[in-house]
Amino acid sequence: MSAQPSNPVSAPDHVNIEIDGRALQVPKGSMIIQAADRIGVAIPRFCYHRKLPIAANCRQCLVEVEMGGKPIPKPQPACATPVAEGMKVHTRSEKALRWQRDVMEFLLINHPLDCPICDQGGECELQDVSLGYGRSISRYTERKRVVADEDIGPLVATEMTRCIQCTRCVRFMSEIAGTHELGGLNRGEHLEIGTYIGKSIESELSGNIIDVCPVGALTNKVFRFQARAWELIARPSIGYHDALGSNLWLHTRRGEVLRTVPRDNEAINECWLSDRDRYSHQGLYADDRAVKPMVKRDGAWIETDWDDALGFAAARLRAVSGDAIGLLVHPAASCEEGALLARLAKGLGSAGIDHRLRTLDFADAPVAQPWPLAVAELEKADAALLVGCDLRSELPLVNHRLHQAAKRGAKVHSVGVRRVELRYSPGSNVAVTPARLPGALAQLAAAAAQLPDAPALPEPLREFVAAQPADASAAAIVHDLRQASAGALLFGLDAVRHPQSSWLRALARYIAQASGLAFQEVPDGANALGLAKVGVLPAPGQALDALLAQPREVYVLYGAEVPEDFALGSQALAALRAADTVIAFAPFAGERLRELADVILPIGLTPEIDATLVNLQGVAQTVGAGAKLPGEARPGWKALRALGGLLTLPGFGFNTLDELRGELAPSLAQHPAPGSALGAPPGNTGAAGLQRVVQVPIYRGDAVLRRAPALQEHPLSEPARVWLRGEDALALGLNAGAQVRVGEISLGVGIDPSLPRGATRIDATHPETVALPAYGAIVELAKA
Amino acid sequence: MRATGNFDLVRDIDPATVLSAETRAEIEHWLTKFPADRRRSATLQALMAAQQQNGGHLTDALIAAVAGYLGIPPVWAYEVASFYSMFQLEPVGRHNVAICTNISCWLNGAEDLVRHCEQKLGIRLGESTSDGRIFLKREEECLAACAGAPMMVVDGHYHERLTAQKLDQILDGLK
Repeated sequence: MSAQPSNPVSAPDHVNIEIDGRALQVPKGSMIIQAADRIGVAIPRFCYHRKLPIAANCRQCLVEVEMGGKPIPKPQPACATPVAEGMKVHTRSEKALRWQRDVMEFLLINHPLDCPICDQGGECELQDVSLGYGRSISRYTERKRVVADEDIGPLVATEMTRCIQCTRCVRFMSEIAGTHELGGLNRGEHLEIGTYIGKSIESELSGNIIDVCPVGALTNKVFRFQARAWELIARPSIGYHDALGSNLWLHTRRGEVLRTVPRDNEAINECWLSDRDRYSHQGLYADDRAVKPMVKRDGAWIETDWDDALGFAAARLRAVSGDAIGLLVHPAASCEEGALLARLAKGLGSAGIDHRLRTLDFADAPVAQPWPLAVAELEKADAALLVGCDLRSELPLVNHRLHQAAKRGAKVHSVGVRRVELRYSPGSNVAVTPARLPGALAQLAAAAAQLPDAPALPEPLREFVAAQPADASAAAIVHDLRQASAGALLFGLDAVRHPQSSWLRALARYIAQASGLAFQEVPDGANALGLAKVGVLPAPGQALDALLAQPREVYVLYGAEVPEDFALGSQALAALRAADTVIAFAPFAGERLRELADVILPIGLTPEIDATLVNLQGVAQTVGAGAKLPGEARPGWKALRALGGLLTLPGFGFNTLDELRGELAPSLAQHPAPGSALGAPPGNTGAAGLQRVVQVPIYRGDAVLRRAPALQEHPLSEPARVWLRGEDALALGLNAGAQVRVGEISLGVGIDPSLPRGATRIDATHPETVALPAYGAIVELAKA
Repeated sequence: MRATGNFDLVRDIDPATVLSAETRAEIEHWLTKFPADRRRSATLQALMAAQQQNGGHLTDALIAAVAGYLGIPPVWAYEVASFYSMFQLEPVGRHNVAICTNISCWLNGAEDLVRHCEQKLGIRLGESTSDGRIFLKREEECLAACAGAPMMVVDGHYHERLTAQKLDQILDGLK
């Protein structure tokens, strides 16, 4: 008798199964555990993780399966058994429960059961599953094994005796982080997870192994022995060190953030979090945090109250005309703060307000634009071109998406001022000096212009592109890009901050248009998009370069640190020193700020205030205050509201934050268009010497990060050095470790093979390097 | 196992200088047997070649060099090297003597042979003689020569139907 379909109405590519008596349809090829998770049937598991490849090595998810009315005699692992038509699964039958209990007993054989001194206690999957599925007593009386711990760096603490070898961390490091830093060493009873050679984990996503570890083997080193899970209150917040706006939970005790963990959002950060967002909370509690309003009177700092400090600021603002006032706003400031700053500028009659502190070329009035291709879609892209984009450091979790795309076969090409290390192999990885970058892009544009039905090159680019004929490699790259059904051109921060970024942007836009890629510019700051929307932009001719070149009488410095947050650090310093008054709304009151400012108004950082940030996709995310403000610090919007009120400016009459947000809604719904003018045409600098390439180190991007001790100890945080390509170092008679003089200062030499010849990388934000000439400048090196 | 702590030693290893020309040729030979995108498949034989080059044991530098040569993450090579008992991670004697103690050989007197060997050489299983001549491999498992039990493998060569006299003769013949 031929088999009859049991359910003739089943959807295509779906099969009918039954789990614990509940009938359901699931896609072919999915595993039993995925089907069970979908309908909320709990199957215990350790090694299975929905974002990681299946290993099936813990055996905790054993279930009883019936096929064709006959039970399969052996237990089946639910995570590695694909569903089939007519399958019946029993997850809580007598047999299944016995198997699960027995596996639990095996897993606990070598587990120390040191829960009272374990940080995972109270939030431990092993505890939970043991309670739910294990025996109530231990029958094991033999010796347990002990595993030596490794020091894998300042972020993750290890206690490897607790490890149950689920290998989630190993799979995370290889499949998600892409660094393959952990492995399973030895075998059988001696199997251990480790690095073998004893190295620090260098991945920028390493903190996630804490979350995936189901036991207390890998825990948060910064949080170690600080609190129990049940003492903490979780408050939703977002990351503010890059424009992805990762969703996260602040775990607080009495208002103090003790740790940060990811908050699931499939569209943004999935269940992951970059180390930068995870460990930056340490910076909130730096010693130089501004906690009281202060006014400088007769050269001495006097702690005072808000009324006095605001009165002082208002008087200084009233005393000058609007065009003598400049406002410098940190690009992570919230939309609410930004809107009030824009209103303040307008009310005072100043058009000199800017948040693009690291931009050098303002010719095309650059404004960060929302990404046309969503971050989650990037994972399905077939091709990507990175232009001056060190994605790992700029947007660690976007790099993870592209990594997943690359694993599926996407072609990733990179052209920039350094060869980028992405944790996966790019198709091509070109590094040229900053001066040559427009030319290299023009070659790609020339190749793109030869594509069938390519749009005509815009007039201003034609002559320049014609002078840069495309070679075979440019044609091959453009061919790859054109073949893609979905792809993106990521215009990174090395390009955004480039002294000829207007040319780069115009060329890159054309390449993207001609080869059918989405043009995605990495916003330079967590809320660069939001601030542009709410009007923290200058009138033409009054952009940051002009604001600093002709010092104003009064500066309002909002959340930014001088000189670290500025591309033109020394110029910013000089301008602020030359000003009569510097009114600083600042979360930190460091030595330098005390020298420059005349009044310091302590404000809260993103985790401590009600804030709306617009991420790179244009998604406005509003979060509430998660942590307590230190001392007398206030949310910036309250301080600004009070200042605007004192000055009786229009737009400061709102009574609640919701009222302000209601007023902002229309401006958040639209976005200012970018300009298209070009700066001076790129030419050869001709000067002898090496061209400076500037990187903002991954953990030095803002004031909070620079004050987070664990991140500063991480291997990715290196001391300031003069990085050279080996050949250039040889030509100068220098070797690694030698001292070299750059202008006034002396730095050690490092060899960086990712640089092009003729360039030297000297990173920004280090105290030693802030006074050096900017990105793209020619620097003279002399043996010290 | 405690981490070896040799990270700084191996981080910038140059396979071309650490691996000899013969070792590299041997690895190339094995690479021809696998698809071009499966270089990882040659890890075992590549490590064997490196071990042979080094006189019977692997160092962290050699393992890292093999990984570098194959273009695989170093940890994959560490995993393989620590998994298989054919790889020695500590210096050992130059002749590798492995007496099978699995069931067929055991029933035919392998344990007595091991004891004889230990007494003769004055070392225990897993140790090497002080003159660096002989390494007595720890607990060798079945080598698929049960028909000739008891048996042993010396430097890759099978010796079957062993007796104490035959053993003495073979061991004395090792230089």
